[in-house]
Amino acid sequence: MFVSYKWLQDYIDLTGVTADELAEKITKSGIEVEGVEILNEGIKGVVVGHVLEREQHPNADKLSKCLVDVGEEQPVQIICGAPNVAQGQKVAVAKTGAVLPGNFKIKRAKLRGEESNGMICSLTELGLEGKVVPKEYSEGIFVFPADAEVSVDALDLLNRDDEVLELSLTPNRADCLSMLGVAYEVAAILGREVKLPDISLEPVAEKASDYVKVVVEAKEDNPLYVAKVIKNVKIGPAPLWMQTRLMSAGIRPHNNVVDITNYILLEYGQPLHAFDYDRLGSKEILVRRAANGEKFVTLDDVERTLTSEHLVITNGTEPVALAGVMGGANSEVTSDTTTVLLESAYFNGAAVRKASKDHGLRSEASARFEKGVDPNRVRAAGERAAYLMAKYAGGEVLEGAAEADTITVEPAVVSITLEKINRVLGTELVMKDVKEIFDRLQFAVSIEEDTITVTAPTRRGDIKIEEDLLEEVARLYGYDNIPKTLPIGSSTPGRLSDYQKKRREVRQYLEGAGLYQAVTYSLTSEEKATQFALEKSDTIRLAMPMSEERSILRLSIMPQLLEVLKYNSARQNDSLAVYETGAVFLSNGDESLPVEQEHLAGAVTGLWHSHSWQGEKKAVDFFVVKGILEGMFAKLGLSDGVDYVQAQVDGMHPGRTAEIHLNGEKIGFVGQVHPSVQKELDLKDTYVFELSLKAVLEADAPVLQYKAIPRFPSITRDIALVVNSETVSGTLWGIIVNEGAPLLKEAEVFDLYEGDKMEAGKKSIAFSLKYADPVRTLTDEEVTKVHERVLDALKEKAGAVLRG
Amino acid sequence: MQERLKELQEEAIQKIEQSASLKELNDIRVAYLGKKGPITEVLRGMGKLSAEERPVMGALANEVREAIAVKIEAKQKGLEEAAVLEKLASESIDVTLPGRPVNVGNHHPLTRIIEEIEDLFIGMGYQVAEGPEVEQDYYNFEALNLPKGHPARDMQDSFYITEEILLRTHTSPVQARTMEKHQGKGPIKIICPGKVYRRDNDDATHSHQFMQIEGLVVGENIRMSDLKGTLEVFAKKMFGDDREIRLRPSFFPFTEPSVEMDISCKICGGKGCSVCKQTGWIEILGAGMVHPNVLEMAGYDSKRYTGFAFGMGPERIAMLKYGVDDIRHFYTNDVRFLKQFSVEE
Ligand SMILES: [Zn+2]
Repeated sequence: MFVSYKWLQDYIDLTGVTADELAEKITKSGIEVEGVEILNEGIKGVVVGHVLEREQHPNADKLSKCLVDVGEEQPVQIICGAPNVAQGQKVAVAKTGAVLPGNFKIKRAKLRGEESNGMICSLTELGLEGKVVPKEYSEGIFVFPADAEVSVDALDLLNRDDEVLELSLTPNRADCLSMLGVAYEVAAILGREVKLPDISLEPVAEKASDYVKVVVEAKEDNPLYVAKVIKNVKIGPAPLWMQTRLMSAGIRPHNNVVDITNYILLEYGQPLHAFDYDRLGSKEILVRRAANGEKFVTLDDVERTLTSEHLVITNGTEPVALAGVMGGANSEVTSDTTTVLLESAYFNGAAVRKASKDHGLRSEASARFEKGVDPNRVRAAGERAAYLMAKYAGGEVLEGAAEADTITVEPAVVSITLEKINRVLGTELVMKDVKEIFDRLQFAVSIEEDTITVTAPTRRGDIKIEEDLLEEVARLYGYDNIPKTLPIGSSTPGRLSDYQKKRREVRQYLEGAGLYQAVTYSLTSEEKATQFALEKSDTIRLAMPMSEERSILRLSIMPQLLEVLKYNSARQNDSLAVYETGAVFLSNGDESLPVEQEHLAGAVTGLWHSHSWQGEKKAVDFFVVKGILEGMFAKLGLSDGVDYVQAQVDGMHPGRTAEIHLNGEKIGFVGQVHPSVQKELDLKDTYVFELSLKAVLEADAPVLQYKAIPRFPSITRDIALVVNSETVSGTLWGIIVNEGAPLLKEAEVFDLYEGDKMEAGKKSIAFSLKYADPVRTLTDEEVTKVHERVLDALKEKAGAVLRG
Repeated sequence: MQERLKELQEEAIQKIEQSASLKELNDIRVAYLGKKGPITEVLRGMGKLSAEERPVMGALANEVREAIAVKIEAKQKGLEEAAVLEKLASESIDVTLPGRPVNVGNHHPLTRIIEEIEDLFIGMGYQVAEGPEVEQDYYNFEALNLPKGHPARDMQDSFYITEEILLRTHTSPVQARTMEKHQGKGPIKIICPGKVYRRDNDDATHSHQFMQIEGLVVGENIRMSDLKGTLEVFAKKMFGDDREIRLRPSFFPFTEPSVEMDISCKICGGKGCSVCKQTGWIEILGAGMVHPNVLEMAGYDSKRYTGFAFGMGPERIAMLKYGVDDIRHFYTNDVRFLKQFSVEE
């Protein structure tokens, strides 16, 4: 809502309060003023001039040579490029030395050989927005009424010596979508009176009800319809002050009748519609729901197909307006109109919203109906508009109005105790303070002991319950004046849950291991949604995605992390390690919420380690990434339950990928991205993992228990085993650990050989076995006995023989 | 003979002093003290001496030997030390060369902000509550006093999946769920961080996915002054003791009275600049007293219980705190951006 500081003074005395001060006060008491625009800022030296003569420029087709009286001793010659400049016009002249917006200085100039001493201005050149300039002046200069006085400040005449406050209104404060509403608000803030506009009319003998009958079928959608009739109007421009006020509020002037309806919209917040009475084709207004498929041409000349959810105004048979949204071309006011039927009505917000949304016709009017107009202002707004039409369109206002009225208007009556006010706000107000606040709001109050009962005026439809009163008290008492305290009474222990604590540890660990945390989008494309998914699930699609790229909820984090690598790689960062924790979404059928599984994914590409001047370079490999995971599981105390099982995962290298099992359950995978995928993304060798973080963080770790530090020396035996190429070390390790227990304390791979010194199809894996006993020194024989058993088992179960 | 010994001693000592290497010194040791050395030779000639002279001469010879040996030892020590020094000198390195890098990553800036806020409120007795990102319309809107058709639903155009299920538009449903779980009993003190989604085109200031962190306190005597005090503690710890706070009345369907909190602009010190749009104040969060409808819907007696809630955007806070100028940076994950948030404050 744009509020003119000058216009507001029609309703309230603002003496001693500047526009900036007013803005600050309004903001602090509840309605944010986003800015204060000084309309004539940066403009000077523009006066009203009289075009005495106009002739064709001798050397240019499109230019005029004008002699203009600007109130100086001699008229000045000005070359003008506007097509509509003509002799006799009163125009805005930027004299030499004038400054226009953008610090554009007007200097004496020669245009195609002819001297020019100034510039005749269009409204846009004077800082108005093109969309508010009246159509007839949109391609040229603005022309003042003939009675404009030469040499007066043209900007003052255009009401640009004004400041406009831009109010950002929250949905509950629709009452301030009008100048009067703002006046009441300001009155409450300043403690001053509101002056209401003049609506006194000369009585006319004829009755409106003789001209038209109003019938409302859709009473719920339209509980109040008031039709006034104004005869003998002369269509022409509205008075300049009205046009300028409309323009400052962002509305383009059309003609006196239409401008008056818009003026009342701004003044009362009540949208009106003017029909050409003679074009209605009947003496009846019938308000009903449209028929499904009914056609109607709105005044923007677009044919609309209606449904039974749309409310229409008809002449008894044909629609003449889409209620609260837009009038029809068939009954539009034109320059020939002489009798106006003026509609002032209360339309239900939902009905208007449906039509404005379906037809993409959101307007100042529809917005006000949607938020709810004041039912008690419907008649007054009509009266005021009629009054203005009499005054500024020469009309005669017929007696009374044709009405259909089924509305029940009951102002809200709400009570609250002083005790509650002080208990909730933490204040120490007395009843007198509270009463004064409601007095300033012009809310009627009655007080009985500790209870104050408030009757809210209907313009404040947002006041319904005692908390609404609390808010009024708080904001007008001033939030600055409320004390600062901290909650008292029983308290709760502040802490993270075990899950949250462990999640933080995992993040900390991964970052310590060299991975950067990334945060990516949950919405992705159909194609990416299922790539690398751990769990099989239907995808979950948005009903109305904004793009295909962001239409499906992800089933895995990996595709997004690979995108991150690709993005960075394309920017010369081709060695990078990132991880992300976040939800993936498994469908649970249309009726229920999806299962949200928290995942952890990591991706490492390019060089893992490099120290250039020492010539060290190490590309990431499977074991780098596996090592990171092993460290994480160790940190969480889960190492013993974790297994890596060679596996095939879509999108992953078939020979370099393992499933991760925790306590026998598959929880994720680790491995190299399939080379063809790497190529597609233009990535170097990339190793990744993704697993269910939920499974990891919810797994029980063994209770931490001290184990004695060995006091007796251990005995180490190294063995090199020859096995078939496909035998994996994990199998051998399993056999060793199994057979060696309990004396075997550690078994570690220390060499792997697959070179050409081996027989084809064979490889050698070497283990270092450490035997010890916590309570004594082992003898060689004891160790040998166990060690032999281990070797036998290796031979028997894995065909492993000692390398000769 | 005596003279010969003295002569040998002087000669040896001179050579020892002149010797420049351990090898040379060893040669001298062998030459003078060895079995074939001149002193041994002198001693062999002792047979010609008288019985009285013999011990005297023997003692003298040993003295000479001893003197030479001591000298050699001293010299040897010196030479060894020199050798060590020389070796160490040859081992010197250029200490200004860069060290071997240790890979270290860091928190995403949004996590950093969220954890900072979490910790701050945990210190004030709050717990961290989380909830689903895909929500029922009921928890996202209806339980928060936003019935179907409420005009304020326009304020947050949403991503619906079905008519009843959508991506949450704020973290407030976590509050609704937490209250419901407490079955009408207090106290509740929670902070709820998480991802939220709205139908916005991604640009420098909008993102269809972003973070939110909200707080909720419900109890039998929670006052608006408590909200004001809590927010001030938060603002000063988060943005610095020198920052002023200002509360402005506002509107949210789930709170009443509702407020917005501004902090004084750090850049201009409140005088007005482009960052604060000439107002001297920067909007940080929205808050208010929990609406009685919200309390009642969650099973609380709103006559007895009151509460306050507040919510803010970690992106906005990070942008203000670190001067980030484009919200898309948080989701592009350019490592040159991520790296900048490694320093502990
Ligand atoms: Zn500033």
